[in-house]
Amino acid sequence: MTDHEHSNLHPDDPDTTGHSWDGIQEFNNPLPRWWLWCFYATIVWGIVYTVMYPAWPMISGATPGVLGYSTRAEVAEEIDRFEALNADLRTQITEVELASVNREDTPELYNYSIQAGASTFATWCSQCHGRGAAGVQASGYPNLLDDDWLWGGTVEEIHDTIAHGIRNEDDPDARWSEMTAFDDILTDEEIAQVVNYVLDISDQEADATLASAGETVFLDNCAACHGDEGMGDRVLGAPNLTDRIWLYGGTPEAIEETVRHSRFGVMPSWSGRLSEADIRATAIYVHGLGGGE
Amino acid sequence: MASTDAAPKLYAAQEPVFPKRVSGRYRNLKWIIMIISLGIYYITPWIRWDRGPNLPDQAVLVDLGGRRFFFFWIEIWPHEFYFVAGLLIMAGLGLFLFTSALGRVWCGYSCPQTVWTDLFFMVERWIEGDRNARLRLWKQKWDFRKWRLRVTKWIVWLLIAIATGGAWVFYFADAPTLLVDLVTGQAAFVAYATVAILTATTFIFGGFAREQVCIYMCPWPRIQAAMMDEHTITVAYRDWRGEPRGKGKKRRASAEAAIASSRLAGPTIIGQEPGSTSRAVPEDQPLGDCIDCMACVNVCPVGIDIRDGQQMECITCALCIDACDEIMGKVGMERGLIDYVALTDEKNERAGNKKVPIWRHILRPRTLIYTALWATIGVALIVALFIRSELDITIAAVRNPQFVTLSDGSVRNTYDVRIRNMTAEDSTFRISLTSEEALRVGLEGTPTLMVDVPADETQLQRVYVTAAPDSPAAEGDRTDLRIWVEQVGETLRAHQDTTFIGRGGS
Repeated sequence: MTDHEHSNLHPDDPDTTGHSWDGIQEFNNPLPRWWLWCFYATIVWGIVYTVMYPAWPMISGATPGVLGYSTRAEVAEEIDRFEALNADLRTQITEVELASVNREDTPELYNYSIQAGASTFATWCSQCHGRGAAGVQASGYPNLLDDDWLWGGTVEEIHDTIAHGIRNEDDPDARWSEMTAFDDILTDEEIAQVVNYVLDISDQEADATLASAGETVFLDNCAACHGDEGMGDRVLGAPNLTDRIWLYGGTPEAIEETVRHSRFGVMPSWSGRLSEADIRATAIYVHGLGGGE
Repeated sequence: MASTDAAPKLYAAQEPVFPKRVSGRYRNLKWIIMIISLGIYYITPWIRWDRGPNLPDQAVLVDLGGRRFFFFWIEIWPHEFYFVAGLLIMAGLGLFLFTSALGRVWCGYSCPQTVWTDLFFMVERWIEGDRNARLRLWKQKWDFRKWRLRVTKWIVWLLIAIATGGAWVFYFADAPTLLVDLVTGQAAFVAYATVAILTATTFIFGGFAREQVCIYMCPWPRIQAAMMDEHTITVAYRDWRGEPRGKGKKRRASAEAAIASSRLAGPTIIGQEPGSTSRAVPEDQPLGDCIDCMACVNVCPVGIDIRDGQQMECITCALCIDACDEIMGKVGMERGLIDYVALTDEKNERAGNKKVPIWRHILRPRTLIYTALWATIGVALIVALFIRSELDITIAAVRNPQFVTLSDGSVRNTYDVRIRNMTAEDSTFRISLTSEEALRVGLEGTPTLMVDVPADETQLQRVYVTAAPDSPAAEGDRTDLRIWVEQVGETLRAHQDTTFIGRGGS
């Protein structure tokens, strides 16, 4: 083997590495030594890093590293940091008059409430009311965007509803009312009459004869809660029957179903699960979705 | 057939380079470019520019926190990032243009690595002396004098490096405030970290790594090599004129006189005599113009011999041209033995043809196309700059749900309107709509149709559009509408088309 020598090469060419394959030789253009040091430095860095930080996968988990660093702890720290930054606002929001929070006068508090309320809503409320707060039309999950409210649409009233819920046993302050199921009380004819009466007062197509007969049935049985004009009563959570919004559907079949068997929509009380600040922020958020009064 | 059994060395220590001081036209050009570029770099953040009370008064400011870029009278918002993209494309095309016309002229004159290394060489020469003194110092033992010179040099380098790293952060915050903060220890950690990192890189790259950065770290030389062609003007040695090199019998006296009278000539390697690289030339053979004085090698900042032909180490700083011109002047020969020449010149000059004028090398389809592309983008950016409005809106229809039925039977759609007030004044904007159908517009949170947007800020406003009960829009499928945003009392206005969805659509 002929090492490190030139054959038929230019005299200025560098030495070869001595490797020769089928007469093909390799020039030796040495890399700078600092380059080699950098390479060794990366190896040292790698070793130090795996000692300091979580690195080697083991059967259950990974080596923790002597610095005790973990991404999870870092996230927790970040969350704490932002909580601390928001602490003032969260205290403020529990102390102010809810109705006084608005974009012009209290922009910082308002923005915080909208952001915090939106994320609370997405986490806890959207399961029933939908991500866009449109509820599930005609299935008993109310649309929070429109201007029709069973229990009131001021920010204070919305706050009470969120805090205590509706028709639940957990919270003594829950909003409560119960419609009678008239299946055993009224005759089929009377039910047909009152259904047509309700269709009539809500501007829908109705049998005029049945409807006019239904007025008496309505006044005797329904007006106590829904009012003589059928405009509902927010104290009792009794819906307005003359408007175009139907929580369980406004078709003759749906109204008949409601009259015969009643409805019993429920909502949990959130005061035990969410902080007062979050509940208040959510009330401001929901109030600002388009239906707030 | 020399043969050794020892394994070849795959790594070699860096050969230190001790470039000699040189003067001449290209050296002067380099000084001017260095003064201008360093001047721009250090002074720019301190220029003030009055933009009124609501905006910063720093002429050039990259406000990362506020997501704004200020450049004199121009303010760039994040959604106008295409200006930055356009400038980067122009920078790329500009590099193509200059490289295809003039070779690695960027490397030789304006690359920060070159400029700062040049500055560090200047300091080194000032403290330790010129090439020969530095060579001696390098070889000698570490006595008190050597320590004193080295430490002095390092301290000056370090001060320059700190000033370099320090100047960088001033582009990202109000410079006078930040300077006070930096000095009093009030500045953010990221500011100190940035200064520390850039100080370290400047100190190491400018003081020690030097040509190693260009040869081993930087990718540009490889890309630039691919962009040069036979018309590209670059630094080269006219070997057809210079070879065979040597002093010869006839001109020995004048050559040695020239070498003796010039600081530039001298041994390339310590201990070697001038002219030792001369190949054996028979005394009676006519010689080329090169007297083998080594001046071109002595001044080279990357430590190569340009007479070996074009090499990847060469940054085309043109200092060897200055050095050779000086010697040629002393010997009484024409300048330009080492010169800016194109590859095609060799054939031409060997054949004794007339010189091709430089503009014929530079003006060719390739450079003209690069220039045209570069200028097109530049003009487009300028036009975009002047026609852009200071009001920008985006309208996003809220489609969850598509529409809301209100208690009276009217149908409502919701739109999120984002208003960007890019003026320096707090402004009020009126929102209105136009449509073929009757639609009513309202705003969340206010009974008016006015939205206040502070200067240089964005406001998100929820807008409600309502169709009356049983109206065509309420009962129909889709209705086109146009939402207008107009500045009250001023001329700014913007609009965007969107769609109203009625009950018929579901």
